[in-house]
Amino acid sequence: MAAGLGAWLRQGVQRVLGPATVPSAVSIGELAVSQPSIRAAWRAYKLRWKRLRLLARAFRKRGQVRSVVDRTDRIRPGAILAFVTVRNESVRLPHFLAHHRKLGVDHFLVVDNDSDDGSRDLLAAQKDVSLWGTEHGYKQSRFGLDWLTWLQRRHGHGHWCLTLDADEILIYPYCETRNLRALTGELEAQGLRTFGAVMLDMYPKGPLAAQDYAPGQDPIEVMPWFDSGNYVVQVQPLMRNLWIQGGARARSFFAAEPKRAPTLNKVPLVRWDRGFAYVNSTHAILPRRLNAVFSETGGERISGVLLHTKFLPIIVAKSAEEQQRQQHFANSALYDDYYLRLKQSPDLWSAQSRRYTGWRQLEAMGLMSRGGWI
Amino acid sequence: MSVGFVMLCHTALERAAEVARHWVERDCPVVIHVDKRVAKPVYDTLVTSLSDLGNVRFSGRYACEWGTWGIVAATQAASTILLREFPEVRHVFLASGSCLPLRPVEDLKAYLQSRPRVDFIESVTTEDVGWTVGGLNLERFTLRFPFSWRRQRRLFDSYVRVQRRLGIRRRVPAGLVPHLGSQWWCLTRQTLSAILESPDREAVDRYFRRVWIPDESYFQTMVRQFSANVESRSLTLSKFDFQGKPHIFYDDHLQLLRRSDCFVARKIWPQADKLYQNFLLGDPSGQASAEPNPGKIDRLFAKAVERRVKGRPGLYMQSRMPNENWENGRTAAPYSVFEGFSELFGNFEVWLGKIAGTRAHGHLYAPNRVEFAGGETVFNGALSDSAAMRDYAPKSFLTNLIWNTRGERQCFQFGPGDKQDISWFMAGDPNAQISVISGAWIIPLFQSNQNFSDIRRDAARLQKIEADHLSVLRSPWTKARVRIWPLAEFVENPMEPLQSIIDEISPRSLRRLTEAPQLADLKGFGQFLQNLRNQGMQPTLMGDFPAGEDPTPTASRRGRPYLVK
Repeated sequence: MAAGLGAWLRQGVQRVLGPATVPSAVSIGELAVSQPSIRAAWRAYKLRWKRLRLLARAFRKRGQVRSVVDRTDRIRPGAILAFVTVRNESVRLPHFLAHHRKLGVDHFLVVDNDSDDGSRDLLAAQKDVSLWGTEHGYKQSRFGLDWLTWLQRRHGHGHWCLTLDADEILIYPYCETRNLRALTGELEAQGLRTFGAVMLDMYPKGPLAAQDYAPGQDPIEVMPWFDSGNYVVQVQPLMRNLWIQGGARARSFFAAEPKRAPTLNKVPLVRWDRGFAYVNSTHAILPRRLNAVFSETGGERISGVLLHTKFLPIIVAKSAEEQQRQQHFANSALYDDYYLRLKQSPDLWSAQSRRYTGWRQLEAMGLMSRGGWI
Repeated sequence: MSVGFVMLCHTALERAAEVARHWVERDCPVVIHVDKRVAKPVYDTLVTSLSDLGNVRFSGRYACEWGTWGIVAATQAASTILLREFPEVRHVFLASGSCLPLRPVEDLKAYLQSRPRVDFIESVTTEDVGWTVGGLNLERFTLRFPFSWRRQRRLFDSYVRVQRRLGIRRRVPAGLVPHLGSQWWCLTRQTLSAILESPDREAVDRYFRRVWIPDESYFQTMVRQFSANVESRSLTLSKFDFQGKPHIFYDDHLQLLRRSDCFVARKIWPQADKLYQNFLLGDPSGQASAEPNPGKIDRLFAKAVERRVKGRPGLYMQSRMPNENWENGRTAAPYSVFEGFSELFGNFEVWLGKIAGTRAHGHLYAPNRVEFAGGETVFNGALSDSAAMRDYAPKSFLTNLIWNTRGERQCFQFGPGDKQDISWFMAGDPNAQISVISGAWIIPLFQSNQNFSDIRRDAARLQKIEADHLSVLRSPWTKARVRIWPLAEFVENPMEPLQSIIDEISPRSLRRLTEAPQLADLKGFGQFLQNLRNQGMQPTLMGDFPAGEDPTPTASRRGRPYLVK
């Protein structure tokens, strides 16, 4: 109700700090994007078809997943949902579920891709999990996205939806004291529908296989180290999504071919609409405007971090299997060297690695931001 | 019973009920207005939950859409009931359902008791603040706003435009001086009743019905008609973000709210159990009766706005990716680039590290690897020394380096033998201090043991690269602090330029240089240049070295360069 007052305060702020929005006369980059032109119209048309194709594809593949346990009738309006595809993640799942449950995820919608390590029973036993199963190819279903897109379309509409992998732990500003409902409330108040989070590769000190990890334990206790400041940020012109690369994997495995280093930017949290579709993992989403999780005029938007627990000791054994299945990269053969190195249980630690202490540390290092949230 | 509360509620009614109960149980009557858009069963639950209390009333319900008259109508209705039903009330405090008392009611009562005639309401004239014309300030009072800003934005905007174009103006009723201010006030019975019982009220209400956001102007304007003692501030702590939306307070704001010494704060997050627990049920014998001081915590909020609007200079990350020229600082801190110095002086990096008290890098943009200081392979922030990674994103490499070493000035060498992609970026960066001894790159060639035809070819290539680089540094777009000396000029008197560079790097030390770096041996250099000329290559960037005559650095002055008597 007092927002009008705030509007003048804002103008006061603008007088001091300069304008918050782009005056159309100045920024050339902005103009190229926003000016109505034949090219922009053509691009919009192309992307629209791309999105519809993705949705159609998800519809076509809807039969590939069969319901194992369906508890979706427990989803209340306004519930916060998490969508996950897993394969043999029984080691990570206990902590993954506990962490995100504590953050305020009300219901997990999980697709199990042919696990044989007890993941399926573990998931089916959880009261807030709805489980689907499939034995179809992960890569052929766009790394599980076709399955999830269908579930999101059916169950996600109107909800805040978190789309994660089992080796990702979401961290955001004030996450120890404010739950996801507070975060999404703030995003809504700012008129935002999407929330960006960068993946931060965590690793132990010493050879990867030499660590001990018990299921349920916080993986960060075992591998608290990360690279704090070697990230490359670019903007992809077609979908205006970011392309962030760097971190321990780029430094250790892709120093000679940095272009091939894994993409780290993600848009994991979205207030879903049934017309939305992720394009490439959760790195990019359509419609294109949803990728605008960053400020182009110098300010900082609010953002989070996905602590990436890929390098648990089991990675060494898993790499052999992953390499053989060739399901994880678009050109899997190009990554043979990567798997070869992983199988040798490398030590990713360097004297410049930093030890994780909490979200405030990541914010101070500029890996994530509070934006204007106090 | 000196103070009564009017509460405007629309969501989280159970929290509003808790707060209302808190006030009523401490002998303060409360009149509650619930937005008409709240469903009947929800409203009924609220009424039932408070039915055991005597001093609660519910006013007639209006639809309170943001920016419309409904909020004022609701306030008027509820205030009228409060004044009528509770004649002992002296001050009326307007609060919302998401307000939370931060200090014991006794404090507030005592505070108001000692200021019995004061009206606490923020009330500022539109002219005095001089806000820009585009933002609807005075125009709130002179245009008509029949459309909803929330639901009919396009109609709203175009109708404003049409009125502006046609010059249609409403007349502000005679005698009224438009004032604006926070919606949350605390008025005396005298003032409030004068406003509500004014003989002109009907005409005034009719006028304000079409004013934009009347809840921030109706009472703020009217109070100037009737009050003799306006204190233009709100007793309610309320902060706004960069978009003008109110900040929400969470559990982790407990200490912050305590420190503010304000009586009431809004908005409180409905799930902030700890805040409600602490402030409603906490120990009523609080601290001494300090003056409310929201200024104590203002800095924090100002910083948040600055972070949201301007961001941290030199930071490029997932939620801050400024377009070119919108960076608010391309890099995070000042740094120095030296070109030609390590070629002219044998031990320049060691010397510089010692004098400037920092780690001096070699050629960071060397083609084979990044020459970090001390030969490190991984530098601050886990930056790799891989040339491929650096060349993949040369700008990111530099901005990361400067960001990762905030607080420690970076110095590095650069030259025509290096990758040149970063030239434009550095030249346009006000943080860069670029010092060039032009033509010094030829000294390693002079000292080398190559065939002369190879030397000649290399010299021509490097001269071309450096000439291009210098034209970048001399372009009108350059914002860096650039100094260029031709080699010939520099060797004549090396200490003076060195002193001025070092003074700029560490201005506070103001030490006189006592130790000069070791100058390369240039015996036969003039002849070498002449030989190049004779072979058809024209060395131009070094300045004027006469053939046969060797440059004579003022060797005698080395060691005590500035001894002036």
